Amino acid sequence: MSEPQLRVVLAKLGFDGHDRGIKIVARILRDAGMEVIYLGLRQSYLNVVNAVEQEDADAVGLSMHNASHMTLAPKMVEALAAAGLDVPVIVGGIVPDEDVTELLEKGVAVVLGPGASAEQVAISVRDAVAAKA
Amino acid sequence: MSLHGKNQRGQNLRELSAEAIFSLALDGELRALGRLITFIERDSDEAEVISELAHARAGNAHVIGITGAPGSGKSTLTGQLVALLNQKHPRAAVLAVDPSSPLTGGAILGDRVRMEDVASPETFIRSMATRGHQGGLALAVPGVVRVLDAMGYNPIIIETVGVGQVEVDIAGTADTTVVVATPGMGDAVQANKAGLLELADLFVVNKADRPGANDVRRDLDHMLDLSHTTGQDQRTGMRPEIVMTAALTGQGAADMWAAIERHRDAITANGQIDERRASRDLEEVRNRVMAVIERRVDDLLSEHGTTGALKAVRDREMAPSVAAREITNTRFG
Ligand SMILES: Nc1nc2c(ncn2[C@@H]2O[C@H](COP(=O)(O)OP(=O)(O)OP(=O)(O)O)[C@@H](O)[C@H]2O)c(=O)[nH]1
Ligand SMILES: [Mg+2]
Repeated sequence: MSEPQLRVVLAKLGFDGHDRGIKIVARILRDAGMEVIYLGLRQSYLNVVNAVEQEDADAVGLSMHNASHMTLAPKMVEALAAAGLDVPVIVGGIVPDEDVTELLEKGVAVVLGPGASAEQVAISVRDAVAAKA
Repeated sequence: MSLHGKNQRGQNLRELSAEAIFSLALDGELRALGRLITFIERDSDEAEVISELAHARAGNAHVIGITGAPGSGKSTLTGQLVALLNQKHPRAAVLAVDPSSPLTGGAILGDRVRMEDVASPETFIRSMATRGHQGGLALAVPGVVRVLDAMGYNPIIIETVGVGQVEVDIAGTADTTVVVATPGMGDAVQANKAGLLELADLFVVNKADRPGANDVRRDLDHMLDLSHTTGQDQRTGMRPEIVMTAALTGQGAADMWAAIERHRDAITANGQIDERRASRDLEEVRNRVMAVIERRVDDLLSEHGTTGALKAVRDREMAPSVAAREITNTRFG
Protein backbone atom coordinates (compact mmCIF):
# COMPACT_ATOMS: atom_id res chain seq x y z
CA MET A 1 0.00 0.00 0.00
CA SER A 2 2.99 2.34 0.05
CA GLU A 3 2.87 2.63 -3.76
CA PRO A 4 0.43 5.36 -4.76
CA GLN A 5 -2.86 3.76 -5.62
CA LEU A 6 -3.62 3.63 -9.33
CA ARG A 7 -6.94 5.10 -10.41
CA VAL A 8 -8.46 3.83 -13.63
CA VAL A 9 -11.51 5.19 -15.45
CA LEU A 10 -13.42 2.31 -17.07
CA ALA A 11 -15.94 3.02 -19.80
CA LYS A 12 -17.58 1.70 -22.87
CA LEU A 13 -18.04 4.20 -25.69
CA GLY A 14 -20.86 4.30 -28.19
CA PHE A 15 -24.02 2.28 -28.29
CA ASP A 16 -22.85 -1.26 -27.71
CA GLY A 17 -24.95 -2.42 -24.77
CA HIS A 18 -23.15 -5.31 -23.09
CA ASP A 19 -21.56 -4.70 -19.73
CA ARG A 20 -20.45 -8.20 -18.76
CA GLY A 21 -16.88 -7.72 -19.93
CA ILE A 22 -16.35 -4.32 -18.40
CA LYS A 23 -17.76 -5.47 -15.06
CA ILE A 24 -15.34 -8.38 -14.99
CA VAL A 25 -12.44 -6.04 -15.75
CA ALA A 26 -13.59 -3.71 -12.98
CA ARG A 27 -13.37 -6.56 -10.49
CA ILE A 28 -9.99 -7.71 -11.80
CA LEU A 29 -8.52 -4.24 -11.33
CA ARG A 30 -10.05 -3.83 -7.90
CA ASP A 31 -8.66 -7.18 -6.85
CA ALA A 32 -5.28 -6.03 -8.11
CA GLY A 33 -5.53 -3.16 -5.62
CA MET A 34 -6.58 -0.38 -8.00
CA GLU A 35 -9.36 2.15 -7.68
CA VAL A 36 -11.78 1.83 -10.55
CA ILE A 37 -13.94 4.79 -11.48
CA TYR A 38 -16.69 2.90 -13.18
CA LEU A 39 -18.53 4.87 -15.85
CA GLY A 40 -20.26 1.94 -17.53
CA LEU A 41 -22.01 1.96 -20.85
CA ARG A 42 -22.79 4.50 -23.56
CA GLN A 43 -20.19 7.04 -22.61
CA SER A 44 -19.13 10.01 -24.70
CA TYR A 45 -15.53 11.20 -25.16
CA LEU A 46 -16.43 14.29 -23.18
CA ASN A 47 -17.72 12.24 -20.26
CA VAL A 48 -14.49 10.28 -20.14
CA VAL A 49 -12.35 13.42 -20.40
CA ASN A 50 -14.34 15.04 -17.58
CA ALA A 51 -13.93 11.96 -15.44
CA VAL A 52 -10.17 11.73 -16.03
CA GLU A 53 -9.73 15.40 -15.12
CA GLN A 54 -11.96 15.44 -12.07
CA GLU A 55 -10.88 12.04 -10.76
CA ASP A 56 -7.19 12.59 -11.60
CA ALA A 57 -7.12 9.14 -13.16
CA ASP A 58 -3.88 7.44 -14.17
CA ALA A 59 -5.34 5.44 -17.05
CA VAL A 60 -8.43 4.90 -19.18
CA GLY A 61 -9.73 1.42 -19.89
CA LEU A 62 -12.11 1.03 -22.82
CA SER A 63 -14.17 -2.06 -23.34
CA MET A 64 -14.91 -2.70 -27.03
CA HIS A 65 -16.84 -5.50 -28.57
CA ASN A 66 -17.46 -4.60 -32.16
CA ALA A 67 -15.74 -3.07 -35.15
CA SER A 68 -16.37 0.45 -33.84
CA HIS A 69 -13.16 0.25 -31.80
CA MET A 70 -11.22 1.27 -34.92
CA THR A 71 -12.74 4.74 -34.84
CA LEU A 72 -13.74 5.16 -31.18
CA ALA A 73 -10.45 4.28 -29.50
CA PRO A 74 -8.18 6.58 -31.57
CA LYS A 75 -10.70 9.40 -31.12
CA MET A 76 -10.58 8.86 -27.37
CA VAL A 77 -6.78 9.12 -27.50
CA GLU A 78 -7.11 12.40 -29.42
CA ALA A 79 -9.73 13.83 -27.08
CA LEU A 80 -7.55 13.15 -24.04
CA ALA A 81 -4.48 14.66 -25.69
CA ALA A 82 -6.49 17.72 -26.72
CA ALA A 83 -7.44 18.23 -23.07
CA GLY A 84 -3.78 18.01 -22.06
CA LEU A 85 -4.26 14.66 -20.35
CA ASP A 86 -1.29 12.39 -20.73
CA VAL A 87 -2.88 9.11 -19.66
CA PRO A 88 -2.62 5.74 -21.41
CA VAL A 89 -5.67 4.27 -23.13
CA ILE A 90 -6.02 0.52 -22.75
CA VAL A 91 -8.45 -1.30 -25.00
CA GLY A 92 -9.99 -4.62 -24.06
CA GLY A 93 -12.13 -6.77 -26.29
CA ILE A 94 -12.11 -8.81 -29.47
CA VAL A 95 -9.78 -7.00 -31.85
CA PRO A 96 -8.32 -8.67 -34.97
CA ASP A 97 -4.50 -8.74 -35.12
CA GLU A 98 -4.16 -6.31 -38.01
CA ASP A 99 -6.37 -3.82 -36.16
CA VAL A 100 -4.23 -4.14 -33.04
CA THR A 101 -1.20 -2.85 -34.94
CA GLU A 102 -3.16 0.07 -36.26
CA LEU A 103 -4.59 0.97 -32.84
CA LEU A 104 -1.12 0.94 -31.31
CA GLU A 105 0.10 3.19 -34.12
CA LYS A 106 -2.72 5.58 -33.33
CA GLY A 107 -1.68 5.95 -29.73
CA VAL A 108 -3.53 3.21 -27.88
CA ALA A 109 -1.16 1.91 -25.19
CA VAL A 110 -2.21 -1.72 -25.01
CA VAL A 111 -4.83 -3.97 -26.58
CA LEU A 112 -5.96 -6.90 -24.45
CA GLY A 113 -7.80 -9.79 -26.02
CA PRO A 114 -10.52 -11.80 -24.31
CA GLY A 115 -7.94 -14.47 -23.48
CA ALA A 116 -5.87 -12.19 -21.24
CA SER A 117 -5.52 -13.46 -17.69
CA ALA A 118 -6.39 -11.32 -14.69
CA GLU A 119 -2.69 -10.99 -13.99
CA GLN A 120 -1.94 -9.87 -17.54
CA VAL A 121 -4.67 -7.26 -17.36
CA ALA A 122 -3.34 -5.79 -14.12
CA ILE A 123 0.28 -5.86 -15.26
CA SER A 124 -0.57 -4.21 -18.58
CA VAL A 125 -2.32 -1.36 -16.82
CA ARG A 126 0.58 -0.85 -14.40
CA ASP A 127 3.15 -0.97 -17.20
CA ALA A 128 1.18 1.43 -19.38
CA VAL A 129 0.98 3.92 -16.51
CA ALA A 130 4.67 3.49 -15.67
CA ALA A 131 5.61 4.11 -19.31
CA LYS A 132 3.98 7.55 -19.13
CA ALA A 133 5.65 8.56 -15.88
CA MET B 1 -1.71 35.09 -10.74
CA SER B 2 -4.13 34.54 -13.56
CA LEU B 3 -1.56 35.25 -16.27
CA HIS B 4 0.92 33.06 -14.52
CA GLY B 5 -1.64 30.27 -14.68
CA LYS B 6 -2.50 30.74 -18.33
CA ASN B 7 1.13 30.41 -19.32
CA GLN B 8 1.23 26.98 -17.77
CA ARG B 9 -1.88 25.70 -19.48
CA GLY B 10 -1.33 22.36 -21.11
CA GLN B 11 1.90 21.86 -19.23
CA ASN B 12 2.71 18.62 -17.49
CA LEU B 13 1.47 18.99 -13.91
CA ARG B 14 4.37 16.93 -12.64
CA GLU B 15 6.69 19.79 -13.52
CA LEU B 16 4.74 22.38 -11.54
CA SER B 17 4.83 23.41 -7.90
CA ALA B 18 1.77 23.00 -5.71
CA GLU B 19 1.28 26.79 -5.81
CA ALA B 20 1.36 26.83 -9.60
CA ILE B 21 -1.15 23.98 -9.78
CA PHE B 22 -3.35 25.88 -7.33
CA SER B 23 -3.38 28.97 -9.58
CA LEU B 24 -4.15 26.81 -12.59
CA ALA B 25 -7.09 25.38 -10.71
CA LEU B 26 -8.26 28.88 -9.79
CA ASP B 27 -8.12 29.68 -13.49
CA GLY B 28 -10.58 26.87 -14.03
CA GLU B 29 -8.33 24.06 -15.18
CA LEU B 30 -10.08 20.98 -13.92
CA ARG B 31 -7.16 18.58 -14.21
CA ALA B 32 -5.25 20.91 -11.88
CA LEU B 33 -8.07 20.77 -9.36
CA GLY B 34 -8.16 17.00 -9.79
CA ARG B 35 -4.46 16.85 -8.94
CA LEU B 36 -4.82 19.11 -5.87
CA ILE B 37 -7.39 16.71 -4.50
CA THR B 38 -5.02 13.80 -5.07
CA PHE B 39 -2.34 15.56 -3.01
CA ILE B 40 -4.82 16.14 -0.19
CA GLU B 41 -6.10 12.60 -0.39
CA ARG B 42 -2.59 11.16 -0.12
CA ASP B 43 -1.66 13.72 2.53
CA SER B 44 1.51 14.21 0.54
CA ASP B 45 4.12 16.92 1.11
CA GLU B 46 2.18 19.36 -1.06
CA ALA B 47 -0.99 18.99 1.02
CA GLU B 48 -0.13 21.56 3.66
CA VAL B 49 0.62 24.46 1.34
CA ILE B 50 -2.50 23.62 -0.67
CA SER B 51 -4.58 23.65 2.52
CA GLU B 52 -3.12 27.02 3.51
CA LEU B 53 -3.99 28.53 0.15
CA ALA B 54 -7.44 26.96 0.21
CA HIS B 55 -8.32 27.82 3.80
CA ALA B 56 -7.85 31.52 3.17
CA ARG B 57 -10.39 31.37 0.35
CA ALA B 58 -12.88 28.87 1.76
CA GLY B 59 -15.90 29.27 4.01
CA ASN B 60 -18.56 30.15 1.48
CA ALA B 61 -19.97 26.81 0.44
CA HIS B 62 -23.05 25.19 1.89
CA VAL B 63 -21.87 21.67 2.77
CA ILE B 64 -24.52 18.97 2.51
CA GLY B 65 -23.99 15.42 3.77
CA ILE B 66 -26.05 12.62 2.31
CA THR B 67 -25.95 9.27 4.04
CA GLY B 68 -28.06 6.15 4.30
CA ALA B 69 -27.94 2.40 3.80
CA PRO B 70 -26.07 0.94 0.82
CA GLY B 71 -28.21 1.10 -2.31
CA SER B 72 -30.81 3.45 -0.81
CA GLY B 73 -30.42 5.77 -3.79
CA LYS B 74 -28.00 8.40 -2.47
CA SER B 75 -26.13 8.80 -5.77
CA THR B 76 -29.25 8.82 -7.91
CA LEU B 77 -30.77 11.44 -5.60
CA THR B 78 -27.60 13.51 -5.69
CA GLY B 79 -27.66 13.37 -9.47
CA GLN B 80 -31.25 14.57 -9.51
CA LEU B 81 -30.49 17.31 -7.05
CA VAL B 82 -27.56 18.59 -9.04
CA ALA B 83 -29.51 18.43 -12.29
CA LEU B 84 -32.20 20.51 -10.63
CA LEU B 85 -29.64 22.98 -9.31
CA ASN B 86 -27.91 23.38 -12.62
CA GLN B 87 -29.65 26.64 -13.50
CA LYS B 88 -29.39 28.31 -10.11
CA HIS B 89 -26.11 26.86 -8.87
CA PRO B 90 -24.20 25.63 -11.88
CA ARG B 91 -21.09 25.07 -9.80
CA ALA B 92 -22.10 22.32 -7.46
CA ALA B 93 -19.52 19.75 -6.41
CA VAL B 94 -19.99 16.20 -5.23
CA LEU B 95 -17.60 14.12 -3.16
CA ALA B 96 -18.70 10.49 -3.25
CA VAL B 97 -17.01 8.19 -0.75
CA ASP B 98 -17.05 4.41 -1.23
CA PRO B 99 -15.38 1.66 0.78
CA SER B 100 -12.08 0.13 -0.30
CA SER B 101 -11.75 -3.62 -0.28
CA PRO B 102 -10.07 -4.48 3.01
CA LEU B 103 -8.30 -7.40 1.33
CA THR B 104 -6.72 -5.76 -1.70
CA GLY B 105 -7.03 -2.04 -1.03
CA GLY B 106 -8.75 -1.68 -4.38
CA ALA B 107 -12.22 -0.25 -4.91
CA ILE B 108 -14.94 0.03 -7.50
CA LEU B 109 -16.21 3.58 -7.32
CA GLY B 110 -19.64 3.41 -8.90
CA ASP B 111 -21.38 6.55 -7.70
CA ARG B 112 -20.43 8.65 -10.67
CA VAL B 113 -22.25 6.41 -13.11
CA ARG B 114 -25.51 7.24 -11.32
CA MET B 115 -24.87 10.95 -11.72
CA GLU B 116 -23.71 10.87 -15.29
CA ASP B 117 -26.37 13.22 -16.65
CA VAL B 118 -24.88 15.98 -14.54
CA ALA B 119 -21.23 15.04 -14.94
CA SER B 120 -20.31 18.20 -16.81
CA PRO B 121 -17.34 20.52 -16.55
CA GLU B 122 -19.54 22.76 -14.38
CA THR B 123 -20.39 20.10 -11.83
CA PHE B 124 -17.27 18.69 -10.27
CA ILE B 125 -17.64 15.09 -9.14
CA ARG B 126 -14.90 13.31 -7.27
CA SER B 127 -15.01 9.69 -6.14
CA MET B 128 -13.00 8.72 -3.13
CA ALA B 129 -12.19 5.36 -1.61
CA THR B 130 -11.93 4.93 2.15
CA ARG B 131 -8.43 3.41 1.69
CA GLY B 132 -8.41 1.05 4.59
CA HIS B 133 -7.57 3.11 7.57
CA GLN B 134 -10.47 5.23 8.57
CA GLY B 135 -8.52 7.92 10.35
CA GLY B 136 -7.19 8.98 6.97
CA LEU B 137 -10.68 9.46 5.64
CA ALA B 138 -11.65 11.74 8.50
CA LEU B 139 -8.63 13.89 7.62
CA ALA B 140 -8.96 13.77 3.85
CA VAL B 141 -12.64 14.64 3.45
CA PRO B 142 -12.55 18.05 5.14
CA GLY B 143 -9.37 18.82 3.22
CA VAL B 144 -10.98 18.04 -0.11
CA VAL B 145 -14.11 20.01 0.79
CA ARG B 146 -11.90 22.99 1.66
CA VAL B 147 -10.24 22.93 -1.77
CA LEU B 148 -13.59 22.67 -3.59
CA ASP B 149 -14.94 25.51 -1.47
CA ALA B 150 -11.90 27.67 -2.26
CA MET B 151 -12.51 27.11 -5.97
CA GLY B 152 -16.00 28.52 -5.60
CA TYR B 153 -18.04 25.35 -5.72
CA ASN B 154 -21.34 25.72 -3.90
CA PRO B 155 -23.11 23.69 -2.68
CA ILE B 156 -20.78 20.80 -1.92
CA ILE B 157 -22.49 17.47 -1.46
CA ILE B 158 -20.72 14.65 0.38
CA GLU B 159 -22.13 11.16 -0.14
CA THR B 160 -21.11 8.51 2.38
CA VAL B 161 -22.61 5.13 3.09
CA GLY B 162 -24.45 5.03 6.40
CA VAL B 163 -22.47 2.19 7.93
CA GLY B 164 -19.21 2.68 9.77
CA GLN B 165 -18.71 5.37 12.35
CA VAL B 166 -16.33 7.50 10.34
CA GLU B 167 -18.57 7.59 7.28
CA VAL B 168 -21.56 8.50 9.42
CA ASP B 169 -19.56 11.19 11.25
CA ILE B 170 -18.41 12.73 7.99
CA ALA B 171 -21.92 13.19 6.68
CA GLY B 172 -23.06 14.16 10.16
CA THR B 173 -20.73 17.13 10.44
CA ALA B 174 -22.05 18.85 7.32
CA ASP B 175 -24.04 22.08 7.52
CA THR B 176 -27.09 20.07 6.51
CA THR B 177 -27.23 16.30 6.95
CA VAL B 178 -29.69 14.31 4.88
CA VAL B 179 -30.47 10.74 5.87
CA VAL B 180 -31.96 8.57 3.13
CA ALA B 181 -34.34 5.78 4.09
CA THR B 182 -36.21 3.40 1.81
CA PRO B 183 -39.19 1.08 2.07
CA GLY B 184 -38.06 -2.22 3.52
CA MET B 185 -38.34 -4.16 6.70
CA GLY B 186 -36.87 -2.51 9.74
CA ASP B 187 -35.12 0.20 7.81
CA ALA B 188 -35.92 2.95 10.25
CA VAL B 189 -34.87 0.70 13.09
CA GLN B 190 -31.57 0.02 11.35
CA ALA B 191 -31.05 3.72 10.88
CA ASN B 192 -31.70 4.21 14.54
CA LYS B 193 -29.09 1.62 15.46
CA ALA B 194 -26.46 3.28 13.33
CA GLY B 195 -27.16 6.56 15.10
CA LEU B 196 -28.42 8.06 11.86
CA LEU B 197 -31.65 9.33 13.32
CA GLU B 198 -29.95 11.64 15.75
CA LEU B 199 -27.83 13.36 13.20
CA ALA B 200 -30.45 13.89 10.50
CA ASP B 201 -31.45 17.46 9.71
CA LEU B 202 -33.71 16.11 7.01
CA PHE B 203 -35.09 12.70 6.18
CA VAL B 204 -35.67 11.60 2.63
CA VAL B 205 -37.79 8.53 2.06
CA ASN B 206 -36.57 7.47 -1.36
CA LYS B 207 -38.05 4.81 -3.65
CA ALA B 208 -41.44 6.25 -2.83
CA ASP B 209 -42.61 4.52 -6.00
CA ARG B 210 -42.39 1.28 -4.03
CA PRO B 211 -44.93 -0.07 -1.58
CA GLY B 212 -44.26 0.70 2.06
CA ALA B 213 -42.86 4.19 1.64
CA ASN B 214 -45.65 5.68 3.72
CA ASP B 215 -44.97 3.19 6.49
CA VAL B 216 -41.36 4.34 6.62
CA ARG B 217 -42.52 7.91 6.83
CA ARG B 218 -44.85 7.05 9.67
CA ASP B 219 -42.10 5.13 11.53
CA LEU B 220 -39.74 8.06 11.22
CA ASP B 221 -42.44 10.41 12.43
CA HIS B 222 -42.99 8.20 15.47
CA MET B 223 -39.33 8.12 16.29
CA LEU B 224 -39.13 11.88 15.98
CA ASP B 225 -42.09 12.19 18.33
CA LEU B 226 -40.18 10.11 20.86
CA SER B 227 -37.02 12.09 20.46
CA HIS B 228 -38.89 15.18 21.63
CA THR B 229 -38.34 13.85 25.06
CA THR B 230 -34.67 12.99 24.49
CA GLY B 231 -33.60 16.49 23.71
CA GLN B 232 -33.05 16.20 19.99
CA ASP B 233 -34.93 19.39 19.37
CA GLN B 234 -32.72 21.33 21.71
CA ARG B 235 -29.66 20.05 19.88
CA THR B 236 -30.74 20.88 16.37
CA GLY B 237 -33.16 23.66 17.12
CA MET B 238 -35.79 22.21 14.86
CA ARG B 239 -37.63 19.05 14.00
CA PRO B 240 -36.24 17.36 10.87
CA GLU B 241 -38.60 17.40 7.92
CA ILE B 242 -39.47 14.22 6.05
CA VAL B 243 -39.56 14.38 2.25
CA MET B 244 -40.70 11.63 -0.11
CA THR B 245 -38.76 11.09 -3.34
CA ALA B 246 -38.56 8.71 -6.28
CA ALA B 247 -35.07 9.41 -7.51
CA LEU B 248 -35.35 7.33 -10.67
CA THR B 249 -37.89 9.79 -12.07
CA GLY B 250 -36.76 12.84 -10.14
CA GLN B 251 -40.05 13.10 -8.35
CA GLY B 252 -39.66 14.98 -5.08
CA ALA B 253 -36.18 16.29 -5.86
CA ALA B 254 -37.48 19.87 -5.87
CA ASP B 255 -39.11 19.31 -2.47
CA MET B 256 -35.88 17.88 -1.19
CA TRP B 257 -33.91 20.90 -2.32
CA ALA B 258 -36.49 23.27 -0.88
CA ALA B 259 -36.24 21.49 2.49
CA ILE B 260 -32.43 21.66 2.36
CA GLU B 261 -32.64 25.40 1.69
CA ARG B 262 -35.09 25.88 4.53
CA HIS B 263 -32.69 24.14 6.85
CA ARG B 264 -29.75 26.18 5.64
CA ASP B 265 -31.70 29.43 6.04
CA ALA B 266 -32.86 28.47 9.52
CA ILE B 267 -29.40 27.62 10.82
CA THR B 268 -28.01 30.72 9.17
CA ALA B 269 -30.64 32.84 10.89
CA ASN B 270 -30.16 31.29 14.34
CA GLY B 271 -26.39 31.27 14.11
CA GLN B 272 -26.09 27.53 14.38
CA ILE B 273 -24.25 27.31 11.08
CA ASP B 274 -21.31 29.14 12.66
CA GLU B 275 -21.36 26.82 15.66
CA ARG B 276 -21.35 23.81 13.36
CA ARG B 277 -18.46 25.11 11.37
CA ALA B 278 -16.51 25.97 14.48
CA SER B 279 -17.01 22.49 15.85
CA ARG B 280 -16.03 21.03 12.48
CA ASP B 281 -12.77 22.98 12.56
CA LEU B 282 -12.16 21.89 16.12
CA GLU B 283 -12.83 18.27 15.19
CA GLU B 284 -10.42 18.45 12.26
CA VAL B 285 -7.63 19.92 14.35
CA ARG B 286 -8.39 17.37 17.03
CA ASN B 287 -8.20 14.52 14.52
CA ARG B 288 -4.84 15.77 13.31
CA VAL B 289 -3.48 16.06 16.83
CA MET B 290 -4.78 12.58 17.58
CA ALA B 291 -3.12 11.18 14.47
CA VAL B 292 0.24 12.55 15.59
CA ILE B 293 -0.23 11.27 19.12
CA GLU B 294 -1.29 7.86 17.88
CA ARG B 295 1.86 7.56 15.84
CA ARG B 296 3.94 8.51 18.89
CA VAL B 297 2.09 5.97 21.01
CA ASP B 298 2.81 3.29 18.43
CA ASP B 299 6.49 4.21 18.52
CA LEU B 300 6.48 4.17 22.27
CA LEU B 301 4.86 0.75 22.40
CA SER B 302 7.23 -0.72 19.87
CA GLU B 303 10.11 0.54 22.03
CA HIS B 304 8.71 -1.53 24.82
CA GLY B 305 8.41 -4.35 22.32
CA THR B 306 9.07 -7.80 23.61
CA THR B 307 10.72 -6.72 26.81
CA GLY B 308 9.58 -4.61 29.71
CA ALA B 309 5.98 -3.97 30.55
CA LEU B 310 4.48 -5.58 27.48
CA LYS B 311 6.35 -8.79 28.15
CA ALA B 312 5.20 -8.73 31.74
CA VAL B 313 1.60 -8.51 30.55
CA ARG B 314 2.11 -11.46 28.23
CA ASP B 315 3.68 -13.45 31.06
CA ARG B 316 0.70 -12.55 33.25
CA GLU B 317 2.93 -10.77 35.72
CA MET B 318 1.33 -7.40 35.20
CA ALA B 319 -2.20 -6.28 34.39
CA PRO B 320 -2.60 -4.25 31.18
CA SER B 321 -3.77 -1.21 33.10
CA VAL B 322 -0.65 -1.29 35.30
CA ALA B 323 1.56 -1.68 32.23
CA ALA B 324 -0.15 1.27 30.57
CA ARG B 325 0.48 3.45 33.62
CA GLU B 326 4.10 2.34 33.78
CA ILE B 327 4.66 3.15 30.11
CA THR B 328 2.95 6.53 30.21
CA ASN B 329 4.75 7.47 33.43
CA THR B 330 8.14 6.89 31.87
CA ARG B 331 7.29 9.20 28.99
CA PHE B 332 4.68 11.71 30.10
CA GLY B 333 5.40 11.53 33.85
N1 LIG C 1 -37.47 1.90 -7.60
C1 LIG C 1 -36.56 2.83 -7.33
N2 LIG C 1 -35.27 2.53 -7.47
C2 LIG C 1 -34.36 3.49 -7.18
C3 LIG C 1 -34.73 4.78 -6.75
N3 LIG C 1 -33.62 5.50 -6.54
C4 LIG C 1 -32.58 4.70 -6.83
N4 LIG C 1 -33.02 3.47 -7.23
C5 LIG C 1 -32.19 2.34 -7.63
O1 LIG C 1 -31.51 1.85 -6.50
C6 LIG C 1 -30.22 1.37 -6.84
C7 LIG C 1 -29.16 2.04 -6.00
O2 LIG C 1 -29.13 3.42 -6.32
P1 LIG C 1 -27.86 4.32 -5.98
O3 LIG C 1 -28.21 5.71 -6.31
O4 LIG C 1 -26.64 3.73 -6.57
O5 LIG C 1 -27.83 4.12 -4.41
P2 LIG C 1 -26.66 4.53 -3.37
O6 LIG C 1 -27.32 4.76 -2.08
O7 LIG C 1 -25.86 5.64 -3.94
O8 LIG C 1 -25.80 3.22 -3.35
P3 LIG C 1 -24.34 3.01 -2.72
O9 LIG C 1 -23.52 4.22 -3.08
O10 LIG C 1 -23.86 1.77 -3.38
O11 LIG C 1 -24.55 2.85 -1.26
C8 LIG C 1 -30.06 1.64 -8.33
O12 LIG C 1 -30.37 0.48 -9.04
C9 LIG C 1 -31.08 2.72 -8.59
O13 LIG C 1 -31.53 2.71 -9.91
C10 LIG C 1 -36.14 5.06 -6.64
O14 LIG C 1 -36.57 6.16 -6.26
N5 LIG C 1 -37.00 4.06 -6.93
MG1 LIG D 1 -23.79 5.75 -4.26
